[in-house]
This record gives sequence, structure tokens and C-alpha cells, in this order.
Amino acid sequence: MERSNYVSTTNACKLCKPLGACLAFKGIEGAVPMLHGSQGCATYMRRYIISHFREPMDIASSSLGEKHAVYGGGPNLKQGLRNIMTKYGARLIGVATTCLTETIGDDVPMIVKEFKKEMGESGLHDLPALVTVSTPSYSGTHMEGFHAAVRAVVEQVSSNEDSAHILNLLPGFLSPEDLRYLKEITDDFWYPSVILPDFSMTLDGPALTDCEKIPGGGTPIEDIRRMGGATATFEFGSTLADFNSAGKFLRDRFGVPLHQMGIPIGLRETDVFFDALERLSGTACPEKYVLEKGRLIDSYVDAHKYLFGKRAVVYGEEDLVVGLTSFLSEVGITPVLCATGGKSGHFKTAIERVTEGIAPPAAGPEGSSAVQPPAVYEGMDFQQIEELALQLSPDLLIGHSKGYPLSKKLGIPLIRVGFPIHDRFGAQRILHVGYRGTQSLLDLIVNSILEAHQDDSPVGYAYM
Amino acid sequence: MAAIDDRSAAPEIESIDPNAVKKELLSKYPTKVARKRAKQIIINKVGDDCAAPEIGANSRAIPGIITQRGCSYAGCKGVVLGPTRDFVNLTHGPIGCGFYSWLTRRNQTRPPTLEDPNFMPYCFSTDLQDEDIVFGGEKKLRAAIQEAYDIFRPKAISVFSTCPVGLIGDDVHSVAKEMKEKLGINVFGFSCEGYKGVSQSAGHHIANNGIFKHVVGLDDTQKEGKYKINLLGEYNIGGDGFEIDRVLEKCGITTVSTFSGNSTYDQFANAHTADLNTIMCHRSINYVAEMMEKKFGIPWIKVNFTGAGSAAKSLRKIAKYFDDPELIATVEKVIAEEMVEVEKVQAEVRQRCEGKLAMLFVGGSRAHHYQDLFAEMGMKTISAGYEFAHRDDYEGRRVLPDIKVDADSRNIEELHIDPDPDRYRPRKSAEQIEELAAKGFSFKDYEGMMPDMSDGTLVIDDISQYETERMLEIYKPAIFCAGIKEKYAVQKKGIPMKQLHSYDSGGPYAGFKGAVNFYREIDRMVNCKVWSFLKAPWQTNPELAATYACE
Repeated sequence: MERSNYVSTTNACKLCKPLGACLAFKGIEGAVPMLHGSQGCATYMRRYIISHFREPMDIASSSLGEKHAVYGGGPNLKQGLRNIMTKYGARLIGVATTCLTETIGDDVPMIVKEFKKEMGESGLHDLPALVTVSTPSYSGTHMEGFHAAVRAVVEQVSSNEDSAHILNLLPGFLSPEDLRYLKEITDDFWYPSVILPDFSMTLDGPALTDCEKIPGGGTPIEDIRRMGGATATFEFGSTLADFNSAGKFLRDRFGVPLHQMGIPIGLRETDVFFDALERLSGTACPEKYVLEKGRLIDSYVDAHKYLFGKRAVVYGEEDLVVGLTSFLSEVGITPVLCATGGKSGHFKTAIERVTEGIAPPAAGPEGSSAVQPPAVYEGMDFQQIEELALQLSPDLLIGHSKGYPLSKKLGIPLIRVGFPIHDRFGAQRILHVGYRGTQSLLDLIVNSILEAHQDDSPVGYAYM
Repeated sequence: MAAIDDRSAAPEIESIDPNAVKKELLSKYPTKVARKRAKQIIINKVGDDCAAPEIGANSRAIPGIITQRGCSYAGCKGVVLGPTRDFVNLTHGPIGCGFYSWLTRRNQTRPPTLEDPNFMPYCFSTDLQDEDIVFGGEKKLRAAIQEAYDIFRPKAISVFSTCPVGLIGDDVHSVAKEMKEKLGINVFGFSCEGYKGVSQSAGHHIANNGIFKHVVGLDDTQKEGKYKINLLGEYNIGGDGFEIDRVLEKCGITTVSTFSGNSTYDQFANAHTADLNTIMCHRSINYVAEMMEKKFGIPWIKVNFTGAGSAAKSLRKIAKYFDDPELIATVEKVIAEEMVEVEKVQAEVRQRCEGKLAMLFVGGSRAHHYQDLFAEMGMKTISAGYEFAHRDDYEGRRVLPDIKVDADSRNIEELHIDPDPDRYRPRKSAEQIEELAAKGFSFKDYEGMMPDMSDGTLVIDDISQYETERMLEIYKPAIFCAGIKEKYAVQKKGIPMKQLHSYDSGGPYAGFKGAVNFYREIDRMVNCKVWSFLKAPWQTNPELAATYACE
């Protein structure tokens, strides 16, 4: 199945790089993300992130104007840092660049270095950690920005002064619910872990514990410092570029053994994660998870009659799509199109890895008996996804809210996962990972298919 | 469990000294910041001649102090031109800007049939990449315009510049001009790079200029209708425009164009055939009204359809302008009909809302207009401010000659407008205008927000997130109105928060039916039992409540 190529992007299937960086910084205790650029970037991204999580999200800005675009944004950046320090008592300020400051060529690490020196000269030595990351929106997606920020944090904060009996867990961009579950799992293995970033509290906080200027929770900075001396790093992501991998940095700089794996969605990818935990901890998988896994397999079997042969279009962030595709293949759903707005160059290989030998082959065009592999494309927008989807006659879509117009057009269910979800409630509490997350996705998918089936019938059948 | 009553036991307003509050708000700022903010935090006091104290407005936000404000691109593409359905709005830049302005304001539109073009659910972008930044993006822009034309065959294509575009020197205007000649449809560009101006306000001005220069006046077709008006600065959020259209239609008033809720390209092209411009949002659109007056002779008046009383007042004002007994009678009849339900619901909600406090920090006109709705419910606005307004929106247009134009505003082009040699037609003679003025009719006037507010209320321009939190703690209002960015921070404090940018998921709130919607919704929000499950900080720490009361 060939896609059309266009010059312009119509209804993008990706967000911009600094947004990802802000999300990552938000998962650090006492951190305030800051964008060096025009204030509109901070405002737009805040609005977008807040609408999804239904939580406050502060992003400061250096608020550059036309004059600064000409003469450079250094003074504004320094003034902004000073104000964040005094007003918010930030413990870490994560400065991400934007198109504006990348284009004019502001040397942010240099400006921050000068700032530290000036502060020192004026007697202020107790500065927050200042982390800088380069995130021009014209190069990569929000996921590259997310990973770049995580890497920048470990590069600029971690050390190996003390060796520590801890696991570094770099989960990538998951939901707060996912992060809570991962924490529960590592705790149940009795293995101390540092999850970076961890916005399970900062972007899904309880009512009214949040009155501090910076919400509680997040990866403690002390823990990040210790990451260089950890026992091992688990890093989720099959499409992560080496230069953007915090795990690779920790391995290459400090010799922390790295185990990269896909996001644990579905049985096999979750097994990989649990096996690795068993090996690392020397502890057998706790009974609780053995049972979760057992129930999941049981429900795979139960759901089989509803799901087998259903055709799905999956879109979104590369690693999320890889995980979902792996899971769908296990339950007998045929992934007919796997699409992402990212362009890592590793997407197709990763999809092949998780579907090989298991994905039910898609039937070819009507009337032909030929089978064809799923169409797998990087750099897609919704215009292209729609054109292909219209030919592939899928039964369901899996992805974020932006696929809704297509689901409406095709009259098929949309299973909402990932980010952004702006047309449903509880996005921050969607569980995607592990046996339990897979279980909830499975239930959701089966029920959506049943509901569509029910709705299609003129009779009100209540026994399906 | 804390009961609602605890929360409504807000301090007696009279016992709070606004001077002490102002001092408190400024106390945590570094000296330089405090000095600047002091000019933007004003204790209202309206003089006998309706003059309000001077407020600092439309000045740059302070780096690192989290602001509500957006950028020029947001004002131009997101606000003014976003709600137009039948031309292709193409963002020239990296993907973020287009993505974030992709149908996020809840502007509604209603094409006559499903076959009519509606590009509002689309987000078009050149999605600039590294190589475009290095070698220039004009080639890609040209190809993207061609592509949009080939696929969608739109009436027009408009191009919006984002930050890097101006910096790398792409000439969007010459590309637009070239493609206009090539394709034979209208193609025009906006230099609305995000770094221009101090807020989205700059983008509004740029949008006004562009639409005036490139579209208004292109189509001389006369629409049927006895009383023809344009409705300017109404963006049809949550269907506001539909409700206003319903009421106007009922009165027999024809809307030639709306800038820009539920609008089409043809409406803009034809706008100069109207006989009166009525302005809802003064801040975002007054430029176009001024220019239409100079070029075509169409007078403008300020109206406000937010609040049933204000809507009635505005209808009467329009009727008075046309000075036709038939219209005046119809308007009175419509108002009487509509007010029946309005008054019924007003009386009902007043029982539960009377005397409660509201704060509004939003927009360039909403913080003013919505005070009327609250007043109709018996609620008192204790503090208000705009996000991106200028001094004239606060103090009234009387201060226009005194406003200092700073470098940021000077960078936004002021178009020089001469009367159109063929189409300039004063709708009212000098005598008629004088006559109307003698009867108390004011043209080209906006008295601003502050003269409408009580003495001792706090007017805060570009309120920061920190100030917001302090204000909530000090006054404990029954409701706080702003946007999505403030929503959850406010609600964490146990205070209901109404979004007045995108209306949460509600609306319309304009006109008569809108007023009823609003009363009911605010009543529900303010009196909802859900708040009883939360404890606000001052409930757990009563000393906090007492601290700011003046002894």
C-alpha cells in the first residue's frame, strides 16, 4: 500500500519538540520548565498540556520581543531565571530553547554559565540546578524533545560519586497512572528505583495538597545525582536515537549497564520487563503479577472470538505505536496501518520485530486472496493516514484525540490512548503498560467493538 | 466536613483594605519588578467626570513571571482569522504553532450544507525543517500553497508567519503575491511572527490590517436588508454568534458580516456595504472599524451582547442609529418577549447567588462584559483585569491621545487610509450625527472597564499566576474567571473557576438565551456540593484569612 507524498503537513500527527522537554522537566521534584523564546510558546504548550491532564502546568518564558530577536535574548533569560528563583523557589530550572532562539543562535549553555558566575559574584551560591536543552521545533517531534531533556538532565546533574543499589528506570512519555504502576512494580520487587521523569504527582495531584507554588512529587534531584552510580538502567523505547538516549549516556560515561526494551504493552513486551526485573533483583516475580499475567492470558482467550481478524489503524508516537502493535498482534487483531509523525528511522524495524511470526496477515484488497503486511510509515500526517485508512477498511482506530474526525468519517470506534486526549475525561489515568495496563486496554477494545456491533443493529440486543 | 457555608463566609469586603492588598501583592517582587507591577495594579476610583485612574497596560510581560499572555501569531491566526471557515489558513513555520492553534478556541461555524467548504477542522502547516531554516522556506511555501489549491480549491489562502520565518527573511508577501497571480485566487500573508508586539494584541492589529488591505471591499454586491450592520469582534465561541444572529434576525436587522465568528471570505469582501459597524470586542477589532469609516464612511458604535440588559441596550442603540420607528418598535417587542424567561431565571438564581464575589481576568473585553452578567445575578465583581488590553480598554477612549506609543507598538504597521474615490459614502450626514449626539448617542466611543467598576475594586493588568493565588487567598471569591491555564490551579484551592475564553464545554452566553445559560451554569458551579469535599487553605489555617483584613 503506497501513500501519497505532500509538501505541506495537513493535520499533523506530532507535536513540537519543546513541549516534550517541558513535560520531562515537569517530572522532576521542584522543577520549573522554562522556554527561552517568545512567550506564546509557553502559553500554547501550557494550554495544551493542561487540557490533557486537567492539572496546573507552569512553564516560564524569557518573553523575547523583536528587539531581543535582533540583539540576543541573554539578558531576558538571566532576568527570567532570577525571577523564577525568587518567586517560585525552584530547585531545578529546565531551560529549553525554541525556534526563535535556535534561529538567532543564542548560546544558552554559555548564557547560563555567565549567569551562575554573576550570581556567585553577587554572593548567591545556593542556586537551583540549571539544566539546558536544545529543542528547535524544526527538528524532530515532542518525543525527541522529551528524550533530549531527560538526557540533558542526567548529563548535567548525575554523577557516579557514590555507587548505589538502585535501578534507573527511564520510561519515556507515559501517563501518570502508568508511572504509578511502574513504581508499584519495582517496589514489589523490593528494588529501589529512580524513575525519570516522574510526573505521576505533578501532573495528577490530589486536591488541595497542591497549594505550594510548585506541586509536590517528581523525581528527587538527589536521586538523579545518584543515577551515575546505579546498578542498572532500564530504558523503554525501541526507536530511540543513541544521541538522545539517557541510558546510553549513563552507560558510556559511568558504565551503568543498560537494558533497552520496548514500552511494556502486551504480554511479550511486559514479559521482557518482568524478566529483566527478576534477573536484576534476583527475586522471583511476585505472585500478584503472576496472577495479573494469568488473568490477562485468560482474557486474551475469552476475547479472541470478538477480536480475531479485526483490522486496526494505530497512530501516534513511535514507541507507543510499537507497543500497541505488539499487543494487538497477540490478540488476533490485524494492524493494517501503523503510522507516526516521527521520523526516527527505526520505526519499521521495531514494528517488524514485534509482529514477526505473530501478526495475523492482512487480507489484500477485496477480491484478491493475497495477504499483505501492515503498512508502516513514518512522517505521517492525518491527511495521509486518512487516505490509506479509507482503502484499508479498518474496524477500529487506536491513538489520541486527533484521530476522532477520521473515526467519525469511517463510523468506527476510536480507542483513545496516549497524548493529547482532549475529548474524553481521565486521560491522566489511562493505564497502558504492564499486564494490568494491557488488561484495561483489552477490555476497552473489546467493549468498544461490542458497542459498535450493538449500535449497528436495529434491534436492542442486550446479550452479546 | 467543611461545608459550603464555610467558604461563602468570605471576609466582609469592606474590611479588606485594597491598599494593603496591593502592598502585599508587590511585597515579594524584586524592586524593579515591583515598580513595574505597581503601575499595573490599580485601586479603582472613578471621578465625577467618569475618569478612571491611569493604569499601566500593553507593556511587556516580565521574563520568568508566568503570564496568561500569548503571542502575535496566536492573536492573528488563532483569534481573528481562525474562525473563518472557507479559506485555507496556512501556517508557515515549524509544526507546533499550527498544532496548538488547531481548533482549540471552540469557535463554532455552520456551513449552509455539508457540501460547503469548512476548513476549520484542518490544520495546514509548512512544517519547516532544519534544511528550510538554513536554505530558506519560500520554495516550500510556494509548493504548499500550490498543493492547498490543488487539493482543496479554496476561495483564498492566507499565510501566517511564525518566529523563524521573519528571522530567516522569508518574504511571505511576495510569495503570496506571486501565487495570487498564478492561481487566480486571493492569496495573502501576515507577518505575525510571535516575537512581535507585547501580546496577542499585536496579532489582532496585524490581522485587521491584512484583512482590510486584501479582502474588505472586493465585492460590491448589495445584500437585501433594510438595516445592515457588521458585527465586529464576535468570535462565536460556544455559539455566541448564533444567538446574536437569532436576536438580530428577529429584530429584522441584517448582519452583512461578522468578524469573524461563523464567517466566510465573501462576508469580509462585502463588509463595506453595511451601514453600521458594531463592535463587541473593542481591543481585537477596533482598527478595522476605524479603517472602514475612513475609507467607506461607515460609522461605528460599541455594543455588548453579553448580559441580557446589555444586549437590550445594544439593540436599542442600533435601532436609534437607524432612527426608524418601525425598527424601534420591533426591537422593544423582541426585548419584551425575550426578557420574560431571562427575568424568571434571574430571580431564581439570585436567591442563591446574591452578594457573592466574582473575579475576572480575561481577554481584552470579556473581563468587562461579563461583569454585567454577574451583576444581573446579584454578584459583585471585586477585581478584574485584562490579559492583553491597552489603556483605552480600561480607562476609555478618552485617554487615546495620552497613550505613549512604545517601540513594540510602533513596529506594528499603521495603515494610511484615504476615502475610497468611488465608494466612500457617509451613512450619516454631519447634521444627523450632531443630532444623534445631542440626544446622547455616542459614536466611536468606548468608555472602558474601569468607569463601570466600583471604587475600591482592584484592577490588575496581565495578572501573574502568583498574584492570582494571593488574590484568591485574600478575597476568597465565589467564582474566578480566566482561561484553561488558570483553571486547575484555581480549583485546587477549592474555588470554582469558569473559563471565559473557551467557556469550558458550555455556551452560548451572549444574548438572551445565552444569559439564561450563564446564570444557570454559574449558579450550578457556585452552589455545587462538590466543593464541600475540598478544604481551602484558609479553612485549615484560619489565621491566613484574618491576615489581610484591615483593623
